[in-house]
Amino acid sequence: MKSEIIIAGFGGQGVLSMGKILAYSGLMEDKEVSWLPSYGPEQRGGTANVTVILSDDRISSPILNAYDIVVALNQQSLDRFESKVKPGGILIYDSYGIHQAPTRTDITIHRIDATEATFELNNSKTYNMIVLGAMLKASPMVTIESVLKGLKKTLPERHWHLLPLNEQALNKGMELVKE
Amino acid sequence: MENNDIIRPENLVYKKPALLNDSHMHYCPGCSHGVVHKLIAEVIEEMGMAEKTIGVSPVGCAVFAYNYIDIDWLEAAHGRATAMATATKRLMPDKLVFTYQGDGDFAAIGTCESIHSCNRGEDIAIIFINNAIYGMTGGQMAPTTLLGQKTATCPYGRRADLNGYPLSITPLLAELDGTCYVTRQSVHKPASVRKTKAAIRKAFENSMAGKGTSVVEVVSTCNTGWKMTPEKANQWMEENMFAKYPLGDLKDVESKK
Amino acid sequence: MNDKVTLMKGNEALAMAAIRYGADGYFGYPITPQSEVLEKLEEEMPWETTGMVVLQAESEVAAINMVYAGASCGKAVMTSTSSPGFSLMQEGMTYMAASEVPALVINVMRGGPGLGTIHPSQADYFQACKGGGHGDYHCIVLAPASVQEMADFVGLGWDLAFKYRCVSMILADGLIGQMMEKVVLPEQRPRRTQEEVEKQCPWAVTGRTGMRPKNIITSLELDDDKMEANNLRFQATYREIEAHEVRCETVDTEGCDYLIVAFGSMARIAMKTMELAAQEGIKVGLLRPITLWPFPSKEVAQAAAGVKGILVPELSAGQMIEDVKLAVECKVPVEHFGRMGGNVPTPEEVLDALKNKLIK
Repeated sequence: MKSEIIIAGFGGQGVLSMGKILAYSGLMEDKEVSWLPSYGPEQRGGTANVTVILSDDRISSPILNAYDIVVALNQQSLDRFESKVKPGGILIYDSYGIHQAPTRTDITIHRIDATEATFELNNSKTYNMIVLGAMLKASPMVTIESVLKGLKKTLPERHWHLLPLNEQALNKGMELVKE
Repeated sequence: MENNDIIRPENLVYKKPALLNDSHMHYCPGCSHGVVHKLIAEVIEEMGMAEKTIGVSPVGCAVFAYNYIDIDWLEAAHGRATAMATATKRLMPDKLVFTYQGDGDFAAIGTCESIHSCNRGEDIAIIFINNAIYGMTGGQMAPTTLLGQKTATCPYGRRADLNGYPLSITPLLAELDGTCYVTRQSVHKPASVRKTKAAIRKAFENSMAGKGTSVVEVVSTCNTGWKMTPEKANQWMEENMFAKYPLGDLKDVESKK
Repeated sequence: MNDKVTLMKGNEALAMAAIRYGADGYFGYPITPQSEVLEKLEEEMPWETTGMVVLQAESEVAAINMVYAGASCGKAVMTSTSSPGFSLMQEGMTYMAASEVPALVINVMRGGPGLGTIHPSQADYFQACKGGGHGDYHCIVLAPASVQEMADFVGLGWDLAFKYRCVSMILADGLIGQMMEKVVLPEQRPRRTQEEVEKQCPWAVTGRTGMRPKNIITSLELDDDKMEANNLRFQATYREIEAHEVRCETVDTEGCDYLIVAFGSMARIAMKTMELAAQEGIKVGLLRPITLWPFPSKEVAQAAAGVKGILVPELSAGQMIEDVKLAVECKVPVEHFGRMGGNVPTPEEVLDALKNKLIK
């Protein structure tokens, strides 16, 4: 089993940390993982993306041209990466601010209202966990338990009280993906 | 009376320090380096630090200081002596670490390292020989060359409009929080030699006491580069150098830490 | 899950491995894409635990000269930088080579020349392997292709540096530095005591303990004949290193029709290219030099025997390809494919290059 994923959006949306949490979740399940960020000044304001690979075998290239799953969190990312989804792969995008919807028919497309869901949770910082929940519903590559375990490992103890809120956000995200 | 009749312990009135070996020095007759070398060797010996001292020699006339004083030495790239001393002292805080640098090394190519080592308050001593000229490379202009002074690269005299002004770096270093002792001395008279020795001793003691950076500038002559007799060079130094680089303590605080 | 397995960036692995090795000092200056090395060390505060010195210098020039001093004192010292900073460090590199002192220098390469970009590149191959500074000298150059190797080569680099009294380099790039992967860090070793340092490095500048004869570390020798003798001694050491320290990895080279020779992150990309090629029935093998100097010439020649062609993909205009061509003595077609300026090719691009340049 191998999942090749790219998550792309604005700097500040938690793109890189969402990738990191996903990578840690893979680590919790003894998978091979790689996490490669776009780095540099674009992290602070422009677009940011991160490639995450979870695999049962040794990972070759951490840089890819085609992905099993593309998560696009703004119009630029959608425009740039829609064509990079492997045939039969999954495209997840946040409807917020999207004026040009994807058009491919050989892939599964999930339109989620993740930004709106943060209003319901009354916490914009839960955004990336909502998206992660949606992604794991669309492709259950790791369990929610592993995500929470991974999260606990990456968060300093003083932030552990936020774990229930994160779990809530993950569940919220899962609800956003319709069967 | 034969020589051998005279050379007896009871007749001894002066002895060079044991750490200063018998190697033939390459310095020109009249040069100040030999005197300062002797003072350093004396101070190390008197402090009982021969086993614990590490010197950093520069690029310039004093590059071979390591051949004359019998302690462990590092030979730095041009200007980098205080960077090397920084690491040496931090890695072995119980050692006495000093640099020995000329004006080109310390105040031109090494200005960045010099200022930052002083500003960090590294527990090192800096012996800075300022003779206003590049001796080893054949008498070119130094950052401290005086206005009007002739050198190989300002043959008609240093001009402010062409070459900028002579750099008096020591007062700048006294301004920094990291320095504890900054002084300017000379070695052209017995009294001045004694004062310089006391300054070196204080600088070395500060280093071992962890008080911060000490800078001892020795305003010196280069009679060969200046194209003068040693005597005339001393006179020229008193009349010209001391006006721009006046002697005395610029800073002496108990501790910067 | 194995508790010893952690996830970290290549740059962070360098820092952690240095502490675990029992390093004595790190001296560096921030530059993207390797600033995490110094950041991680400052965060870990090893001076409180192992006694390791960590100092942010005023420049790369100062940093490398601090390393030069520490190395001259027999200490396990290091610095890390990226391409423009590495250019500034060439002064210290050549002085250390001439003084025969052991040190570890890491270059996490970015796109050049000049200030260039902050993204991955391999264009400092010549600078690292063919000198860089003035004079005839070499450093051992290790090229990690994973975060695990970033950690492992810190210890290996220092071991080799102390064995041969030379500078070891880790030549990585922004991709390996910024990427997170699983890594198992080495066990914590204690730092050597001053007595142990003086026993291991009797040449080191430590103060004349017990009034032993003085030690002088210098690169200066104005007598031409003596300086030539020094050079002959350096060269003899380099021949020793060439004879004993060549390292490389081969993947599926047995019976392959085409060979890719690539190092570092480019080798990782090439492994994916091999997977794609296999799907199309093209048999491609990979030889990955781990030591770029000494270069695995014999191993390349061996792997090249019987192949129809060799592709050398690099993040440069073509630098390592010269060593590959020398290794195979032009008996096999050798083609270059490269991206520059911080651009990294996809595995598909490398496969296209292989087909266009070698299969046609």
